[in-house]
Amino acid sequence: MTPLLQVENVGKFYGTRIGCADVSFDLYPGEVMGIVGESGSGKSTLLNCLAGHLAPDCGAVRFDMRVGGLSDTVTMSEPERRMLARTDWAFVHQHARDGLRMNVSAGGNVGERLMAVNARHYGEIRDKAIDWLGRVEISEDRIDDRPTAFSGGMQQRLQIARNLVTGPRLVFMDEPTGGLDVSVQARLLDLLRGLVREMGLSAIIVTHDLAVVRLLADRLMVMKDGHVIETGLTDQVLDDPQHAYTQLLVSSVLQV
Amino acid sequence: MIHVENVTKSFTLHNQGAAVIPVMAGASLDVKAGECVALVGASGAGKSTLMRMIYGNYLTASGKIMVGDVDVATAAPREIIALRRRTLGYVSQFLRVVPRVSTLDVVAEPLLATGTPREEALEQAQALLARLNIPERLWALSPTTFSGGEQQRVNIARGFAFPYPAMLLDEPTASLDPTNRATVLAMITEAKARGAAIIGIFHDHAARDGICDRQLDVTQFTPSLAA
Repeated sequence: MTPLLQVENVGKFYGTRIGCADVSFDLYPGEVMGIVGESGSGKSTLLNCLAGHLAPDCGAVRFDMRVGGLSDTVTMSEPERRMLARTDWAFVHQHARDGLRMNVSAGGNVGERLMAVNARHYGEIRDKAIDWLGRVEISEDRIDDRPTAFSGGMQQRLQIARNLVTGPRLVFMDEPTGGLDVSVQARLLDLLRGLVREMGLSAIIVTHDLAVVRLLADRLMVMKDGHVIETGLTDQVLDDPQHAYTQLLVSSVLQV
Repeated sequence: MIHVENVTKSFTLHNQGAAVIPVMAGASLDVKAGECVALVGASGAGKSTLMRMIYGNYLTASGKIMVGDVDVATAAPREIIALRRRTLGYVSQFLRVVPRVSTLDVVAEPLLATGTPREEALEQAQALLARLNIPERLWALSPTTFSGGEQQRVNIARGFAFPYPAMLLDEPTASLDPTNRATVLAMITEAKARGAAIIGIFHDHAARDGICDRQLDVTQFTPSLAA
């Protein structure tokens, strides 16, 4: 089977400081990978390098294109990368306002991504927007409200609807449940898990919440000081951590 | 079906003076299709550790763990994920679920994950829950609020939803009343009859003697005791 994403020796340096270095992995269709580590460990830098928001200083990020197979997204042309970003890729930001247009209606936010892939029929776009708002549990009568009138949890769900409406194959998520209260978090996790299963999505989730990765991710990558120090099956890394830092991380979680 | 050969395992506790604790050495075990083997030994002897190594939950330092044609000791994560989806089932002692997901969906999940149509998966889940005496009014609720015995029965229903050719059972009958215990034992017997290779840990001796073909004392694999 061809991997959906093939990452080889990706590195990003800020002057002499290491953002992330020597990162390699393969992600297969339908797999969800979690990246954990403390703040400053390079996990967001890595995610941004993979998603094309930052240009890595070395290495290759190959994506299995619908036409042409594995292609290096680092060296491909800007228009090609942009096309990927609005069709096969999706990026869910930690703060919903970074991923939404705050002064456009909820329906407009979802419809914009559809229009970017050449949907033009107003009725169809609106129907699809209503369908997706329903899937993320936002009621239809809020379709003309702006995200500024939504709660934090609703904004986050709207951002997910906006991202998934075009049927992407790979979703990047940066702390998707960060800053939400726990009941909203649970609802969002349930939603994400259902979507991953039904749509056969692959996802890369950056978080510092080990409970989130245990429930969502098949595989886990632990980062420290810009380097990957441990990888494996999620439950194996959490239940039988090998590296000193991972052991510290796992044993530091407060029991509820 | 399950073939364990000469496996070793130790834990290194880096944050507690780098203490190295050898927990398993020279463990070997064979389970054929349709056979049930009980792991026995005192608490701390390594029964659950061995079971978790077979499930890929604990890393294996050396040796071979073949489940079907996959060597769990060396397999890549995605091979183990595929193995767990269709070949190797595990009923743990504790239920771990996403909050807010209904009991019915929790039980149907292994079927949905293997491509069973939703209607059919839910029907089978209902039948399992009914058989294990979970009242119908609880089916739409999340099992996180259930009693210990109810949670365990939900866990068993989930574990038996898909007909895995190999199954690991960690104390499936603990904290069950006699009626439900009999039901669970009947389910294990049926799984054996359809050809599942089963490894179980039972503190319930009557149950163990009733359904297991063989017993394996893991104390012989415990380095600190043997030495």
